[in-house]
Amino acid sequence: MDQKKLRQVEKQCIQEEAPACQSACPLHLDARTFVDQIAKQKFSDAWKTLARSLPFPGIFARICDHPCEKSCLRNNLGGPISIGALEEFCVNQPRPRIRTIPMPKKKFTMAVVGENLSSLVAALELLKKGYEVTLFTAYDRLGGTLWDLPDTLLPDKVVDQELATLYTLGLKVEKKTVDGDALADLLNEFSAVYLGLDTPETAPLVEKELPAERTFALKRKGLFAGGFNAPGQNLQSGNISTNVPPMTQAFQGRAAALSMERFTQKVSLTEGREKEGPYPTRLYTSLEGIVELLRIEPENPETGYTEDEARAEAERCIQCKCLECVKVCPYLAHFNGYPKRYAREIYNNATIVLGDHAANLMINSCSLCGLCTEICPENFPMADLCLDARRDMVENKKMPPSAHAFALDDMAFSNSDSFMLWEHAPGSAKSDFAFFPGCQLAGSNPDQVIQTYQFLLANQSDCTGLMLQCCAAPAHWSGNESKTGDGISLIERNWQNMGGPIMILACSSCMEMFKLYLPQIEVLSLWEVMDKVGQFDQTDMPGKGRPDSRSPVAIHDPCTTRNQPQIQAAARSVAAKLSIPVKELELSGKKTECCGFGGLMENANPDMAKKQLAQRVGESELDYLVYCAMCREQIRGAGKRTVHLLDFIFPPKGSVPDHFNPDPADRPKTGLSQSRENREGLKRDLLEQLWHRTEPETDEAVLHISPRVNEKLEKRRILHRDIRAAITHGESTGCKMQSVNNGHFLVAHRPSLVTFWVEYSPAQAGYHIHNSYCHRMQVIERKGTGGKS
Amino acid sequence: MRGKEREEKADMITNLGIEENKEWKCLPCDCLLKLDRVRIDYMNGSFTVELPLCPSCGMVLVPEEIAVGKMLEVEKLLEDK
Repeated sequence: MDQKKLRQVEKQCIQEEAPACQSACPLHLDARTFVDQIAKQKFSDAWKTLARSLPFPGIFARICDHPCEKSCLRNNLGGPISIGALEEFCVNQPRPRIRTIPMPKKKFTMAVVGENLSSLVAALELLKKGYEVTLFTAYDRLGGTLWDLPDTLLPDKVVDQELATLYTLGLKVEKKTVDGDALADLLNEFSAVYLGLDTPETAPLVEKELPAERTFALKRKGLFAGGFNAPGQNLQSGNISTNVPPMTQAFQGRAAALSMERFTQKVSLTEGREKEGPYPTRLYTSLEGIVELLRIEPENPETGYTEDEARAEAERCIQCKCLECVKVCPYLAHFNGYPKRYAREIYNNATIVLGDHAANLMINSCSLCGLCTEICPENFPMADLCLDARRDMVENKKMPPSAHAFALDDMAFSNSDSFMLWEHAPGSAKSDFAFFPGCQLAGSNPDQVIQTYQFLLANQSDCTGLMLQCCAAPAHWSGNESKTGDGISLIERNWQNMGGPIMILACSSCMEMFKLYLPQIEVLSLWEVMDKVGQFDQTDMPGKGRPDSRSPVAIHDPCTTRNQPQIQAAARSVAAKLSIPVKELELSGKKTECCGFGGLMENANPDMAKKQLAQRVGESELDYLVYCAMCREQIRGAGKRTVHLLDFIFPPKGSVPDHFNPDPADRPKTGLSQSRENREGLKRDLLEQLWHRTEPETDEAVLHISPRVNEKLEKRRILHRDIRAAITHGESTGCKMQSVNNGHFLVAHRPSLVTFWVEYSPAQAGYHIHNSYCHRMQVIERKGTGGKS
Repeated sequence: MRGKEREEKADMITNLGIEENKEWKCLPCDCLLKLDRVRIDYMNGSFTVELPLCPSCGMVLVPEEIAVGKMLEVEKLLEDK
């Protein structure tokens, strides 16, 4: 991602856009912060907030025409926040010390004509920018029409105090009526000249010419003007100043001052000024759940708000913000930011040369589920951003090796002889269709793979072949394009070997992968096929004998069906045909949530996945109905009773016929080792039962592992096969340690990038496993002592 | 990174805080393990640390609390370098 792309992406997140009140204000007063400070009784801070945007804050806070209120989102919810009255309240509080630090002095001199507000603001802005400014007025004092305002609205002493700033900053004032000749002299003498059209005598000088939009430049070079009402105004009429709202006067004076600066710098007058003055904001703020609260009126309108009244009024403020994605995604909330900030962090992470890549974990923790994009009013592509960043990290060898190693190893296992298989249907020499159950269903419930395959043979076509292998989603999610390519080529090759059948996919992640990388292959979802076939034997439904066998379940859509509504519809239709009473979760269908496995979130950041899951399982008291084996494992692993759609179609059989069948919603999560053993066993069983081929069974040592130790192994992602390999290594080399306390053996084995330690003791058959742990660091043993561990 | 922080990180890398091990003996040599300096490598990092090892054959023990504690922390630090 380069800077240009970053800016494009950043623009799509609207969280940092100004709230409506701020964007409606010609001077962009940060009213949201200001009101919040009043609500928190931080009056000094509120004062400073006013002073940051308002020139002469003591004046403008009192006389401002507060256009902000018209755009307040509280408008129909009790009335807009009384920002104007709160400003007035604030400037009646003691003024904190606010220092105006001018820029370094510049060599250019500026002339300002007129003593009214627009001229005063233009002069103030130019002084702050470091210019030498001379103001020309026909009158004895500055302020013009300000002095006509009633003292109750704007006390004279405030005008004096505020305008004193001009003198402090070095303003020179010359009493002089500027006519056409004098103006020509000023243009010769000064670098640029400002004409305040809110001073009636000045108006004729522009000779009916309206200053340019945004720049307030006139045709004569170096001449600028402001302080007039919007287009169409007759600039020759004698009293044009009376109706110009003060905020417009201030805005025009300020904008013209910026143009004068740019003019002296010889840079573009117009570049990047689109957002000056009022503009419609892109910030989206949901009003869901915001209750109506009536506007607080001051008990005494003469004196304005009391402190309590001001606080109460300020507390009504919604504090507009978007954060729609952060509200639904625990991952986005976890890293304490929002997409725009994350985009910047991702960019910095990729460009940093020295130091830590602080955003690695954030990048690798996203489930790539796309819910945020769906929710976002601007469809911010967070998943694309994270995936691109991962690809970049892999390519530049900056991907932390531990982040996805286990998942990639699991993929390699699924694509090895232990699991991979392609066969035409028994007795058939061709395949019109091929069933592709995917790794997860095979690992979670191998019996159901066989049952589903037999169902397809009987109901879909007896020319339905079978393909066991991985769809390469783990490699895709990890950003490893080369491994993704290898996995995809392997599918394509096997599919071609089978004669190019229509694929029937059980898993929606596989479906996503096929559609993305193998568009030439025609695919069907198992649920679409099941739905079409239509009839199911319901005589032996799960939970038979269980009183709640027909209690409602909440359906959870896998996040990879987000853009595949036909699969979601088919799953619901199958559930209906099975008479399963289904309830919808609030976030379902297009807005479904990830189970924490997607994007390898669980691999890279298990704690994050736990958070994600905790949110999902907490959304309903009901048992969950799923139609993705991975979702089943994840949700069940979080302690939630979860039943798979296939559990209704192919109910598990109890050991005692016609007695209480095992409750599938209660079946524990399949462990990592078990999943591999299930996949290996599935291939063996299928070949034996359907193709009558016997695969040699490996004679493996039996491991006796307590549930406590097993839980540790799962958490540390240590497989039984790793343990067996370590023991075999120790036993064959004799490199073992022994405990002087209990005689247990301890061995270390480093088959590739991880060292596995196993504490064990021999059992009657096999071994008791007492403990196991692993590390990726490699111990280089002392010189002259041999091996590494 | 400020000096103190850097020092702390360096200290974490070189000092794993191991205590003398009295539980495990090297089976082939029948020797109790003794603390000694050992080189450990990960990614582009290489450090010398104290770990229990067999004084005779040099077989090294990485105790569980080190493997899942400090060593893991250092692994993560190096992975994000």
